[in-house]
This record gives sequence, C-alpha cells and structure tokens, in this order.
Amino acid sequence: MDDYVIEMLNITKEFPGIRANDNVTLQLRRGEVHALLGENGAGKSTLMSVLFGLYQPELGTIKKNGQVVEIKNPNDANALNIGMVHQHFKLVEIFSVLDNIILGVEPNQAGFLQKKEAREKVLRLSEQYGLKVDPDAKIEEISVGMQQRTEILKMLYRDNEILIFDEPTAVLTPQEIDELIQIMKELRAEGKSILFITHKLNEIMAVADRCTVLRKGKCIGTVDIADTTKEELSRMMVGRDVSFEVEKAPIHLGDVVLEVRNVTVPSPRHKNNSVKDVSFDVRRGEIVCLAGIEGNGQTEFVYSLTGLTKQSSGTFRLCGKDISHATVRQRSKDGMSHIPEDRHKHGLVLDYTLEQNLVLQRYWQPQFQHGGFINFGAVRTYAAGLIEQYDIRSGQGPTTISRSMSGGNQQKAIIAREIDKEPELLVAVQPTRGLDVGAIEYIHKQLVAQRDAGKAVLLVSLELDEVMNVSDRILVMYEGEIVGEFDPKQTSVQELGLYMAGAKRMEGGK
Amino acid sequence: MKKDQQKGRTLLQSDGSLSILSSLICILAGLLVGLIVLFIINPEHALADGFFRVIKGGFNDYPYGVGKVLANTAPLIMTGLSVAFAFKTGLFNIGVAGQYTVGAFGALFFAIVLKMPWYICLLGATLFGAIWGAVPGLFKAYLNVNEVITAIMFNWIGLYAVNEIMYGGGEGIMYDSKTTKTYSLRLNFEDAVIPDFGLADLFQLKSVTIAIFLAVLMAILIYILLNKTTFGYELKACGHNREAARYAGINAKRNIVLSMVISGALSGFGAGLFYLSGVAEWMPQNSTALPAMGWNGIPAALLAASNPIGAIFSALFISHITIGGTTLPTKYFTKEIADVITSITIYLCAFSLLFKQSLRRWMTKRKKGGESTVTKEKKEVEN
Repeated sequence: MDDYVIEMLNITKEFPGIRANDNVTLQLRRGEVHALLGENGAGKSTLMSVLFGLYQPELGTIKKNGQVVEIKNPNDANALNIGMVHQHFKLVEIFSVLDNIILGVEPNQAGFLQKKEAREKVLRLSEQYGLKVDPDAKIEEISVGMQQRTEILKMLYRDNEILIFDEPTAVLTPQEIDELIQIMKELRAEGKSILFITHKLNEIMAVADRCTVLRKGKCIGTVDIADTTKEELSRMMVGRDVSFEVEKAPIHLGDVVLEVRNVTVPSPRHKNNSVKDVSFDVRRGEIVCLAGIEGNGQTEFVYSLTGLTKQSSGTFRLCGKDISHATVRQRSKDGMSHIPEDRHKHGLVLDYTLEQNLVLQRYWQPQFQHGGFINFGAVRTYAAGLIEQYDIRSGQGPTTISRSMSGGNQQKAIIAREIDKEPELLVAVQPTRGLDVGAIEYIHKQLVAQRDAGKAVLLVSLELDEVMNVSDRILVMYEGEIVGEFDPKQTSVQELGLYMAGAKRMEGGK
Repeated sequence: MKKDQQKGRTLLQSDGSLSILSSLICILAGLLVGLIVLFIINPEHALADGFFRVIKGGFNDYPYGVGKVLANTAPLIMTGLSVAFAFKTGLFNIGVAGQYTVGAFGALFFAIVLKMPWYICLLGATLFGAIWGAVPGLFKAYLNVNEVITAIMFNWIGLYAVNEIMYGGGEGIMYDSKTTKTYSLRLNFEDAVIPDFGLADLFQLKSVTIAIFLAVLMAILIYILLNKTTFGYELKACGHNREAARYAGINAKRNIVLSMVISGALSGFGAGLFYLSGVAEWMPQNSTALPAMGWNGIPAALLAASNPIGAIFSALFISHITIGGTTLPTKYFTKEIADVITSITIYLCAFSLLFKQSLRRWMTKRKKGGESTVTKEKKEVEN
C-alpha cells in the first residue's frame, strides 16, 4: 500500500465558461518531491489553490492521511500543516526576516512579544536545512534567493509537513537554483512532502521523484521520473513532439544597425543610475542577447532605446541615423520594432479588439486611413491576413476583445504586428515570459527567421536556456553595466551565472 | 469593428444590446423605487396624481410641456456628451458644471458686450468652455494632478469669477440692475437668440429653438469622431491604456489635454444652447450653486453607457421625468418631492454598468452546458 499524505481525488473546478480542473487526481506520497507540470492555463495553479483553500472545487474530495478533509480557507490549510511559497513572495518589505517568519503566529506573553524563543527556533531550522538567512536583515535589503529562503522558513516554522512551491525558480540565478534544489532534497530527507509546480523540465529531472502532468485542465498521467525522459514529459505536456534545439543557419554578419554609445539612464526610483555608460553594436544577421538577472538595468535600457524614457547621456544610432532624442513614433518609422517586456502594460490595449491592436503601430499609414477616417475594410483584411499567417487563435477572430485571449496568443499578436513592420532592428524583451514550450518554440523560430533574413535582433532575456540557444553573442548586464561579452558556443551556463551575480567581471568589458 | 457585425453572436448577446437592456432595467428600477416613495408620502394620490404624471412627463401639458422637455434636453445632451466623451478617453470630467458656467458667460459676453449674432455667440460659449476644460487637462498631463481635484476647484473658481465679473459691483456691463439679472437677450439683442423656425409656435413656448437639432448633430459628430477617425482611435487608446498608447508612439499628454478641451467645449456649447434661447438670464447675486445642468450630465452619460448617440435618448428621458415631476399637484405633494422622485430615478440610472455586469453573468450561466460553453471550452482548448 502506498503511503499517501495528501490525496486530491477527482477534483473538478469550474469558472464561468471554462473547466479549469476536470476530474484531476493527484496523490502525494509521504517524503517525496512531486512535480506538477503543465502549460500555462493547464490548471496547475487552480489545483494548488484548491489545496490551499483559496478555491472550493465543484466535485471531488481531498484526503489527508486517508481522512477526508475540508479546506475552506488558507487557515484550514495551515491547520493541516500545508504551506505554500507563492510565486510572488508574501513578505513585508520593511520587516526583518525574523519578523516576517513569525508574522501571524507571534509568540507572546500577555500580548508582549517573546522573540528570543522564536529566534532560536529559526536559527535551529536554518541550520538543520542549510537555509542561510540573516534573521535581522530587512527584506528590502536582501537578495531574492534569501527572500525565498525566508518563505521556506516561514513554512518550517509553522511545522508544515506538505510544502507547495509555485514556480520557485523563475526569479533565481543558476547558482541559486542549484541551492534551492539542494534544499528541496534536504527537506525530502527530513520527511517533508513537496509539491513543485513548474514548467521547466530540467529541474523536474533534477529533483522530482514523480511528476503529474496536466493539459487543458485534464490529468494526462503521473509518471516516475526514473522511468521517463524530458522528451516524454514535454510530449505529455504539449500533446506533440517539441524540439528544444533552435535550428540556426550559419551566421552572416552585415552592417552595424544599432550603435549604442556611453548610454547612462537615471533610475526612476533612486538616485543612482540604472544604466551606466553602456556601449555596444548590433549588426545585421545576428541576435545579440542582453542577459542578466531581473532589475539590473535591462528594463531601463530598453525604455531609453525605444524612446519611452530619456537617457541622461549617450547616443543611439539606428542605421547610421542619430535617434538619441527622436520620438517613439519616429524611431518606429526609422525601422525599430519593439516586443515589450510587459504585454499588458505596453504591448496591447486590452479593451481593444484584436484587429485594432494589430494596427496599433500603423493605423496612421495611408493604407489604413483616409483624411483621418479609418478604413475599416483595410484594417479587417490586414488583420485577417496576420491572424492566418501567424496562427493567432481567438474566439471571434479579428473582433475578439484582446483581454479575452490567452497569453500565448496575445504575445503572438504582438510578434505578428512587430515583425510585419519589417524592421531593421527588432528589440525583443523577454518575448517568451510566462509562455509554454510550444509557444516558446514558435517565438524562437520567428526571432531566428528575422536574423536569417538579415535583420538585427536585440534580445533581452532572463532565461538562460533561451540566452544560450537563441543568441549569437551574449552581453551580461550587472547593476547597469555590461560586465562581460560571450560567444554562447564557448561559455557555460555556470560561467554566465557568475557574471550575472556579479561574482566575476571582464576587464574593460563594456 | 462594429459590434453588430460580429459573427456568431446573437443580437441579444451583443454588447450594444446588453447596454441598452441594462439601461432600460435601470429606468424601470428607478421608477419603481420612485413609486414606492410616492406611496409612502401620500398613498391615496400616489398613482393618478403622482406616478402617472411623472411618467407622462411633458405630455401632461401638451404642447408646451413637450416644448419644455425639448428645450431642457438640448443642453442636457451636451453636458451628457461632455461627460461621456471624457469617460471614453479615460478621464472623469467632473468640471462640467464649471465649464458650463464659464460657457454661459462666454455666450452672454459675446451677445451683450460684443453684440454678435447667435452663431458667433455659440462659438464664444464653446471657446470659453474649452478653455475652462483645458485647465484640468494641462494640470493632469504636465503636473500629474488628478483631473477630478482640479476640475472641482475650477468649478467654484469659475462660478464666483463669473458672478463677480457680471455683477461688477452693480455696474457690470452685462448686468441689468432693474431685473438683477443679465440683460434679456430677447428684449435687447434679438440677433443673439437662436432661431426657432416656427418651433416656438408649434409648441406654444418661446424657449423651443433649433437647439435640440444642434445638440443631436453634435452627438452624431462626436460619435463619428470617436468611432470612425484615427484621432478617436488614439484618444480611446490613451483612455484604455496610456502606457500602451505611449508605446505605440501616440502623444499621450497632448491627447489628455485635447480630450479635456473637447469635453469642456461640449459643455460650453450646451450652456450656449440654453442661455441663447432667450428665456433664461444669469443671476449673479443668486447663483451660489453650480448649475444642475452640469451635474445631470453625469447620470445622462452613465445611463447612456458613454455612448454619444445614447446620450441623446438618456437626456431626453431625464428631461421628460424632470418636467413630469414639476407637474405634480402641490396640494398632495410638496414641490421638492418632484426632485426627490426624479433624483432617485436618475440615481438608479447610474447603476446601469452594474446591471450590465450581472446581466452578462446571468446570460452565461443560463447558457451553461449549452452551445456557448462548448465553444468557449473549445476556444480554451485551442489556446
């Protein structure tokens, strides 16, 4: 008999119009790391929210140690020793690590805090599991990795037995990911049971014992990691074969398209500069990747490159023309396309229809308007063409409200729009963020197609797999400076990680 | 792009019909609550002397009652349009009353001081309204001050400045000390009165002019501007998502100012329509409250779900029951009751958005298990 600590049996959860979980069964053995794999929108988060008491399922039962339990809210979950590290940490920024850990379960005597005891327990736990933290440091001052360890300690402090990790590696450096995997192994050795939500296959292969795959709300199956391969898992997840290798033609370098010289950008938040004296070139026929951990000036750099904010000094040249002070529209006319980092904030007017969004960068062109009046027929024809060509799927075709489309198709719409402009320079910022492997494969193909067509591509990415696979040249950005330049064929993920974390830098590497 | 062109959607499910349906439900709910209030106050006379009079509106005193409704509707369409236009572009213009006041000043200034014909006066009113609308727009665009705060402040600045200038210590050039109002246009400046082309005789009421047609025309123009032009496309893009508009190379700051200028201009135009009808004068000493016409633009816009064409009908309805309310016999109901009833109705009208949401939810629920869920599931699966 298997010793299941948690069983979620035949869970069905419906939202208006969709069935997010359809008869899903997940059984977690005591002391195992169980991965929950699926594309975006496959229902992973919904299922975990059911377990954590955030949603009530329409059908199905949850058992703990064989007993049927009812979890109405996160407090019930806590009482059952279920803890969760959310993708976006739930920490009070201005509190210390210790204060965050005891928040909600503060040890007290007649209302007075008794922190000494708590501190001892935290230090003991931290020692036991190798979770290095400084209990007195403020959350806002510590690294993302330490914040995550604080979250884990929060669960351990509450004596949680079942630990849910929701996409925990998305925000970490390669070194931190290795550490986390080590920590998870420690936890397993101590008898904790772990549910690990992810769509990164490498991590599953590295740490999980078993894996349950969800697709479109349905449970595809549960497999033993020892008996399976990455290819098999991805086939289960997507429903078809996916290639991990990006096929690229040999490089044909052309003229310099983008020339960046000594660009410095002030920070919107603090007095220091976000981007410090950055210079580089991007030529025709190459994909240059700006790699780095989130928050090291990439966003600010792209804003100033695309004209959304102003740099305090330095110049940009596009095909020889100085565009340092040109407007956004002018840069666009001069041949710059921009796939923005945040598709909801910048990329789309979500309340506009798909066709309205597809002409967002060119509604003013003579083709689409006459004397200020929009030529709706031309817009429709153009949109229908792009939808067909780029396989953008939506409920009502061109007239679908963009908000109702899935993230992958929203991104496809942006990519269709930006690539169809036939730019000289394509700036793609985290173009695959939050997308599933099928969509990622598609987007990578599009980027490479642009490169092969002799365009210049500047890719800004946090995903090291993407950095290594897609780019022809890697620039690592750390604290607003370019600290290293690499050929992906002659470097390793570990090496890049050291530069990204600021542990190493190249001499004169600008 | 047009809602009704969408394939595979029944008429009932389309967004437009949903808006109209929810507005109608609001009206019914408002009237119902009004009826209850009437019953509480005077159960005996609540129906024949109360409710039915409100419902009958201007038709209680046909034809001049209907005339009153029409005369009242014209400026209300404009203030409703003003609010609706700002809403569509992502701004809340709560300064309509102030822009209306300053617009009224513009109309009377062009008529009395500059002795201009009515159409120039109307342009003057529009211009003054536009200037007053520009102020919150400029503050918002360049100093990031919330337009609501600036607009409220400038409502009062506008009101007292207008009073002060018109009164001028009793010797203001537009002030007639005999009537304690501004000079009557009909008696002194016949050219400045908007022509009626026989409408006044038809309705036996002098205040009925071609103003109503001008207002309807403006509503149609605004509809075209918002839905058919690249300028409207830009304005709405800014309204929905200013960052995305900036990303697309649209000058968001300029558009905020332009939105407020146009919104203010519409209010000013409305004031012109009212004060150039030759039946109302400004009372500088007594006007210590902002004109209700400005505020009523807000429910008119909400009831119309910010649709410019819808504003014509919502303004017509609000005028209709307001005039109906004034005909309640004072024997049974005090004069203020009429205001209470109409206010309740108008207030509930403002809930049309809420009704729209619940209507949509109800429809999805009713369709559950039917074809619509299947297609939606299919859609999700394809994604």
